[in-house]
Amino acid sequence: MNGMTPWQEEEAGRLRQPLTDDDHVLGPPEAPATLVEYGDFQCPYCGAAHLVLKELLRRRPQTVRLVFRHFPLTNVHPNAEVAAEMSEAAAVRGTFWPMHDWLFSHQDKLDPPHLATGADRVGLPVQEVEQELNGHSYRDRVQRDFVSGIRSGVNGTPTFFLNGVRHDGGYDLVTLSSAVDAAAAAAVR
Amino acid sequence: MTQRMPGLGELAPDFTLPRAPGAQLHLGDLRGAPVVLAFYPADWSPVCSDQMALYQAAMPEFQRYRAQVVGLSVDGVWCHQAFARDRGIEFPLLADFEPKGEVARRYGSYGDDGTAARALFVLDDEGVVAWRHLSPAGVNPGADGILDALAALGERQEDLS
Repeated sequence: MNGMTPWQEEEAGRLRQPLTDDDHVLGPPEAPATLVEYGDFQCPYCGAAHLVLKELLRRRPQTVRLVFRHFPLTNVHPNAEVAAEMSEAAAVRGTFWPMHDWLFSHQDKLDPPHLATGADRVGLPVQEVEQELNGHSYRDRVQRDFVSGIRSGVNGTPTFFLNGVRHDGGYDLVTLSSAVDAAAAAAVR
Repeated sequence: MTQRMPGLGELAPDFTLPRAPGAQLHLGDLRGAPVVLAFYPADWSPVCSDQMALYQAAMPEFQRYRAQVVGLSVDGVWCHQAFARDRGIEFPLLADFEPKGEVARRYGSYGDDGTAARALFVLDDEGVVAWRHLSPAGVNPGADGILDALAALGERQEDLS
């Protein structure tokens, strides 16, 4: 078949990897809207989105839950991978979200010495975690997210999927809130 | 001159272009493994940077299919070199610089504005076009279409063997 029309409309991407028990989820399981973010802890746009997402969750506590998946662009952001692996070290100890918040609040301090400070602040056993990071215990876990993002058409960070469909609009509070409300209304109907 | 994109099932036009100061890449030499040709408008412009940086980050996935990724734009070799260093890009970026855009034209991918369009081609082991895609200039097409095409190629070869 030879059916390519130049300048064709890009079809909206779909999330290829459904939620699993491995995912990091913030918000009630019964929320009608699920917002999946593919993000990079060293990406300034993700840092800006972080503040918006916190406010979105505060304003729509029953409507939306947030899922964070890793998409570190390590050739552009040299500390993104170690930061992602640090968040996984926190996750196995039940503190993914506090670590996630610390990382996004300290985007200019993601080198290993500063990361150790963050780990300590979040209450992680610093030496133990450093050993795990040096052994790359969480590399595969981070890579799984990255590959699922690539396969879902993630082309940069942050990329959002709202109830499984890529959200190509902006990620300011007004745009995201109305997108979430629309997705929730469609899900409940 | 009217331009025409090579169609699916057609042999991709052969070419030789500079890949670095003093070094050339001949497409025909890449036979024996799939090739991804990624035409893009310009080094340094935001969308392109994301696209090429993304392909570098996705390299382990491309390598699972033994695919060689090649970027092409009308920028010169020194510009490519600085851009690749800045973004950590290790795959070849070819300079379609003199005569300007000649290879892009042969792939029906040269735009009115004097740059290459954001066109993707996946070639099979024999250099035949197996998949192609043209995105609007402002849209980064991601890597999923390429990987789907490479996966389909892999299945086709399993059927043959």
